[in-house]
Amino acid sequence: MATAEKYVGGGVPRKEDPKLLTGQGQFLEGLTLPGMLHAALVRSPHGSARIDSVDVSAAAAADGVVAAYSGADLADEWAAGLPMAWPVTDDIRIPDHWPVAQDVARYVGDAVAVVVATSRNAALDAAELVEVDYEVLDAVVDVEAAVADGAPRVHESFDDNKSYTWALTNGEVDEAFAKADVVVKERYTQPRLIPNAMEPRAVVAQPVPSTGDFTVWSTTQIPHVAKVLFALTLGIPESQIRVIAPSDVGGGFGSKLNVYAEEALCIALARRLGKPVKWVAGRSEGYLATIHGRDQVQEIEIAATSDGDILGYRVHILAAMGAYLQLVAPGVPLLGAFLYCGCYGGEAYHFECTGVFTNTTPTDAYRGAGRPEATYAIERAIDSLAREVGVDPAEIRRRNFLPAGDMVQSPGGLAFDSADYEPALDRALELLDYDGFRSDQAERREGGGSRQIGVGFSSYVEICGLAPSQVLASLKYAAGGWDAATVRMLPTGKAEVVTGSSPHGQGHVTSWSQIAADALGIPYEDVTVLHGDTHVAPHGMNTYGSRSLAVAGVAVHNACDRVVDKARGLAAHLLEVAPEDLEYEAGIFSVKGVPDRTKSMPELAFAAWTAHSLPEDSEPGLEASCVYDPPNFTFPFGTHVAVVEVDTETGAVDLVRYIAVDDCGPVINPVIVDGQVHGGVAQGIAAALYEEATYAEDGTLETSSMVNYLVPSAAEFPSFETDRTVTPSTSNPMGVKGIGEAGTIGSAPAVINAIVDALSHLGVTDVPMPASPERVWRAIQAAQGGEA
Amino acid sequence: MKRISVTVNGVRHEADVEPRTLLVHFIREQLELTGTNVGCDTSSCGACTILMDGQSAKSCTVLAVQADGAEVTTVEGLASNGDWHPVQKAFHENHGLQCGFCTPGMMMAAVGYLDENPSPSEDEVRLALEGNLCRCTGYHNIVKAVLAAADDMGS
Repeated sequence: MATAEKYVGGGVPRKEDPKLLTGQGQFLEGLTLPGMLHAALVRSPHGSARIDSVDVSAAAAADGVVAAYSGADLADEWAAGLPMAWPVTDDIRIPDHWPVAQDVARYVGDAVAVVVATSRNAALDAAELVEVDYEVLDAVVDVEAAVADGAPRVHESFDDNKSYTWALTNGEVDEAFAKADVVVKERYTQPRLIPNAMEPRAVVAQPVPSTGDFTVWSTTQIPHVAKVLFALTLGIPESQIRVIAPSDVGGGFGSKLNVYAEEALCIALARRLGKPVKWVAGRSEGYLATIHGRDQVQEIEIAATSDGDILGYRVHILAAMGAYLQLVAPGVPLLGAFLYCGCYGGEAYHFECTGVFTNTTPTDAYRGAGRPEATYAIERAIDSLAREVGVDPAEIRRRNFLPAGDMVQSPGGLAFDSADYEPALDRALELLDYDGFRSDQAERREGGGSRQIGVGFSSYVEICGLAPSQVLASLKYAAGGWDAATVRMLPTGKAEVVTGSSPHGQGHVTSWSQIAADALGIPYEDVTVLHGDTHVAPHGMNTYGSRSLAVAGVAVHNACDRVVDKARGLAAHLLEVAPEDLEYEAGIFSVKGVPDRTKSMPELAFAAWTAHSLPEDSEPGLEASCVYDPPNFTFPFGTHVAVVEVDTETGAVDLVRYIAVDDCGPVINPVIVDGQVHGGVAQGIAAALYEEATYAEDGTLETSSMVNYLVPSAAEFPSFETDRTVTPSTSNPMGVKGIGEAGTIGSAPAVINAIVDALSHLGVTDVPMPASPERVWRAIQAAQGGEA
Repeated sequence: MKRISVTVNGVRHEADVEPRTLLVHFIREQLELTGTNVGCDTSSCGACTILMDGQSAKSCTVLAVQADGAEVTTVEGLASNGDWHPVQKAFHENHGLQCGFCTPGMMMAAVGYLDENPSPSEDEVRLALEGNLCRCTGYHNIVKAVLAAADDMGS
């Protein structure tokens, strides 16, 4: 298909913006329905406690209250517990997970009762009146403590707190380590992170009692997946559930890639009470009741020659699952399992991960999901190797990069498409002026002052385009990895694109419009993108894992191709020539050699609608669909560089420069891509320097609100310097790869490596995340032999 | 219940409110102006920022009764006669928003700040927006947008 790229590749301003800039955004908290009731949950204040009794009578009698229920009262609402879709091993332990706990509350925030009232305030007030008798049990909140002998058990029905162990071995690992000149062994912790999408979660469930139908609005990333799982959890025929992710969902970062207790609960309450039921999370409530991310302990060993050539890798992970298994939590470490060798070579690889229950809010996929953890471990450890063998950190990366090429075999077992890692490193070094930096650094060190500078690198490769369905089957994921699009020319020459992706800030309406406008040769303004409503867009696997462009976007592209193919037949019929005698460019079919005999896409759309004269065997309308199942993952890569200034007296870290050179293949909208990188980088920097959710031993979440969980502001960041190399993926016809998580994946190790580099002359080799002034100061003291 | 009189976006409203009602809930629920978002419960995020008597304020830290007699501007009142405010234009042109949830508050904070300091430096803008959190943009394009708006308003 000849496509004039008028819009693709250009930074057209977003179609999403006008309503969001004028206060007309359609966020779910603003939705009100006639007769709507409001739910408020009563949550356990204990990390682990037996529920001896729940007395809702005072709450039920309070002003405005319609009903109040304990977990036991609601037990017959559930056809199944809350779903978990990724049983990664055959012997994985999967605990029952009820929307409202029935006998034991297993984390602070586990729901134990619900109150429904005519206003949110009345529900919240009455929730205070529910009396629960608890027998407090010992809790365990730390992943290593949870696997120690004699640890309190999160689930009494299991012998210990291990949910599963998943392992992968490629090559002769012991042999690689036996012949190594050098082995570096490092231990890192991945702090627990709270995703903090700016819009708190909300749900509204509306019943039609006479038919048994339900419409469910949810602040979700996954309306289609949720629809299936609501049906299974509630025992409602899937055909009677319509799920709508509102046209504006305020960020997700994985935290809305789930099926939550409150969603199932609102549907159950709507069914029981015959009225619409709404629940909106307060921010602090969300800190307890919305998934957290990371929380892993990692051990990584690298075997290498004395020149720093890597021979093999050994990785052991303990990954906190929290109190229950949320939707894809067990699989999160697997998304990193193949990447602990980064973009480097070697002959052998062993990875092993144990998923562990703790009395904490369940974890699940948070921006990057498994890949930031893997990238952190390898990018920190390769710096350790560089120090061990006395090679420059940029050089050791270059020395170990996999060769450029397509389908390059990685020691982790995957074949990477479009590998070409050196140009991104080179470009980053050029932007940095590496030699200049090192000479500035030497000068500072000679000066001996308290403000020292350091540079940190992170060369990453990641996995996007989730995912080939057959590969998902081999990893025991319970769904497919395809996505769907329908492209429909309307009689007036406009087009509708129906997508299975479900955007929540990414700008799919803009990007999909660019793709369709170029393919169909119509103005960008003439394309409408429909999404998020399972009655409007019936098929989709939705938005997570940087998959949308590389799967759903390719489906749009392919569906457009099919529309053009159908239009070609109609044009040939109307122009009375053979289809192969037509040329197509920018929405115009013209007869070869007779350029004034043409049919435009709008003319053909009208002709297809009137259907007055169609080719034989052709049906009215100009519309086509594509369900695209990618043949392979895509593998974006890049090099990120952080420059920090560290005050050696106070431990304060100032991020001075941040350079990101990414390769996500051809770019649909460079402004949107840069924006994704900026936001991703900021979240990674936040993890490196500021954010950590902590629990007291009894299971109390200490970082219980935005006051004591440090989401950074504009004042904590510099402007970012971004650039790109462009190496098209060979896995899809657009060559696109995905960019949503690259920034988060690349950034944390670059920042910590920079801090360690700034302090290396003092003997510092490690600073844990988040690198608070205290932690940096203690690392300096420890390296200097002082009290730390 | 207490009777209050508040002028919002140039329109005077008389209303009965519970004494505990926050200004943001009054604006969203009683006046049905849902552009002002609620992003937290600790006055940390700034999503609910509005202008009160010309100064930016987090409308979750103000009781509706405290706004009695005040002039309030919300995001819905930022454009005039259908023309976007320079800050709205700059956010659009500089991709200063992604999910858009923090955007109303972020813009109102910027409008309030540019009124105090019409030609700020980048560092000053970053400090001025410290009370407004965004999780999507890394603030890069927000800061760029505010600087562009300052240029536009100064020229």
